[in-house]
Amino acid sequence: MASRTKGKADSGFAPPDLRAEPPATLRDYYRQMTLIRAFELRANEMYRRAKIGGYCHLNLGEEATVVGLMSALEKRDYLFTTYRDHGYALARGLAPGAVMAELFGKSTGVSKGLGGSMHLFDAKARMLGGYGIVGGQIPPATGAAKALTYRGDPGPDAEAVMCLLGDGTTNIGAFHESLNLAAIWHLPIVYVIVNNRLGMGTTVERASAEPELFKRGCSYRMPGERVDGDDPVAVREAARAALTRARTERQPSLLETMSYRLKGHSVVDPATYRSREESQRVRDLDPLPAFRSRLIEAGVLDDDDAKALEEEAEQQVAEAVDFADKSPDPQVKDLFNYAYATDVANASRRLPAEPVFPVADDSTGGAS
Amino acid sequence: MTEMTYRQALHDTLRAEMLRDDAVVLLGEEIGIFEGSYKITAGMLTEFGDQRVIDTPIAEEGFTGAAVGMAMLGLRPVVEIMTLNFTLLAIDQIVNHGAKIFGMFGGQTSVPMVIRTPGGGGQQLAATHSQNLEVWYAHVPGLKVVAPSNPADAKALLTASIRDDDPVLFLENLSLYNTKGEVPDGEQVGEIGRAAIAREGSDITVISYSRATLIALEVARQFESEGVSVEVVDLRSLRPLDRETVCASVRKTTRAVVLEDDWLTYGVGAEIAATIQEGAFDRLDAPVRRVAAAEVPLPYAKPLENAALPTAQDLTKVVGEVLDATRFTR
Ligand SMILES: Cc1ncc(C[n+]2csc(CCOP(=O)(O)OP(=O)(O)O)c2C)c(N)n1
Ligand SMILES: [Mg+2]
Repeated sequence: MASRTKGKADSGFAPPDLRAEPPATLRDYYRQMTLIRAFELRANEMYRRAKIGGYCHLNLGEEATVVGLMSALEKRDYLFTTYRDHGYALARGLAPGAVMAELFGKSTGVSKGLGGSMHLFDAKARMLGGYGIVGGQIPPATGAAKALTYRGDPGPDAEAVMCLLGDGTTNIGAFHESLNLAAIWHLPIVYVIVNNRLGMGTTVERASAEPELFKRGCSYRMPGERVDGDDPVAVREAARAALTRARTERQPSLLETMSYRLKGHSVVDPATYRSREESQRVRDLDPLPAFRSRLIEAGVLDDDDAKALEEEAEQQVAEAVDFADKSPDPQVKDLFNYAYATDVANASRRLPAEPVFPVADDSTGGAS
Repeated sequence: MTEMTYRQALHDTLRAEMLRDDAVVLLGEEIGIFEGSYKITAGMLTEFGDQRVIDTPIAEEGFTGAAVGMAMLGLRPVVEIMTLNFTLLAIDQIVNHGAKIFGMFGGQTSVPMVIRTPGGGGQQLAATHSQNLEVWYAHVPGLKVVAPSNPADAKALLTASIRDDDPVLFLENLSLYNTKGEVPDGEQVGEIGRAAIAREGSDITVISYSRATLIALEVARQFESEGVSVEVVDLRSLRPLDRETVCASVRKTTRAVVLEDDWLTYGVGAEIAATIQEGAFDRLDAPVRRVAAAEVPLPYAKPLENAALPTAQDLTKVVGEVLDATRFTR
């Protein structure tokens, strides 16, 4: 409770009335948040045990945002996200085992082990990728929305696109080019700035001349709104309203969710640029215990229920790790399978030590 | 067969593909109302409407990336970028996204898009508007890069590029648009990844692509009158590269010169020369020579521009030197 009060004082948001929500929905939000938390903590551990390579960015501290956004997004909608994508994949319904297997680089991973942590993808779930290039997802997401206008009409059942980006990403050109395109083309898309107050270590204030990032939509006459990213219901409501505008009016929106990154930029970042006080403050603002005590206070959960959900999450994540561990590595013989979608003459299938011309036969190259 | 310009072949092919498949859409700067900087899309907006012929703002990264997303959802966008120089503003979307999305996500979605763009200097457009940067793209797995030299190949390869499920960079050239040639009637689907023997010969091979092929053919005709038989290999596809055809020709002629419009260092000719030393070394009678652009930002002043770009005289001189070095008697 104490932490929530601090959160509200800090953000200035009025929390929505939880009594208006079906208890089962709230309980499910907490379940999902708990699953993401458990998954991320375990991913952190697996990275340290060298089961996971490359970069690994976690959604710790952003669980409420993730769950709020993904509960607003319908199955028929499309999602483009950043490299900080594990939580979104789980909340979009991808199997935790297949997500963990991707982190482990296994052939059973959601991207067959070819993408890794930053590049989760599931065509069936319409999760069209985590993207590792800052801002790189924004133009393709915009084009996906353009394609929707080509195939379908606006209306309450129309499809829409949600495109996520970080606060630091609002300074990249692709963001501005894309918002302009979405506005002039009237695209069914919602851009969501997941503002966790930091790029890697650079604060929003040091990076952005207009630090109230949702206002950046003004240049494109695009409605902008800021919501409390620590509250899944508030996030869901704002996202749903924006998605409705996208579906029925083809009016793109810019939504900004305010949360805190609990740990470093990626698992290897000790975040020494944060003072001891700042780190403590961020821990006090942790949305998970805050939401838990709100639910208990509202009579939706009791402590035993909460513990049961937490244990269930631990169990699911343990199974995910087990699945990933037991899954096979991709085969070197399949290295070239996904070089091209359409087979093409003279495509190279050469490994580093192999000659350009595989067969050195006398009729072609031998000394005469 | 109908004789037509390279421009007409491109226009007619775009139109035919749009009529055939409503997933084909065009986008780019000034392609609609203005009918394209080089008028390739003349009349298209009127015929197909603004849902399929999409004028974009001046935002290369934005609209090229948007085409990536349109392709992911099943459209077949054909993007026109005014010149190859301006593709640099879109290179992140081309290289880091278009070329990666199929492979990096385990083959779950393809990116069937075409980027049409002219390269080339020689129009006194100075340093930023005259570049031949095709190797930047030809270097990248996941992309296909084609560079047809004549109207018939332009038709066949554009058709193939539009129907291909991978991103294709379709290189045109400012000085080719008005060139003419015989074009087979009806549907023609070319094969990406195959070079052509543009002219058969037995004494020396000249390897080139795009505009340079026309120069190579001109020089070959001149040498014929001197009793020298020049074979011209037109690469047509820079990625994949048809190394077999190049080496088969050089094994036959024993001499090779590359004519390329790009800069020499790390250019197309460097790759061809390396290919020949690996695939035809024992048959070579002389080192492979390269005729390539001088390594300067291209000047505006005509005499300097002329001096910096490879010409028929340059190629004639180098072919002559290779023949002389191998004591070829004419
Ligand atoms: C084009 C590009 N530049 C730099 C990077 C390195 N980089 C990765 S994440 C990041 C910070 C992004 O911050 P933000 O947009 O706030 O997202 P967050 O990581 O906080 O979710 C940077 C600079 C990159 N991946 N791509
Ligand atoms: Mg951030």
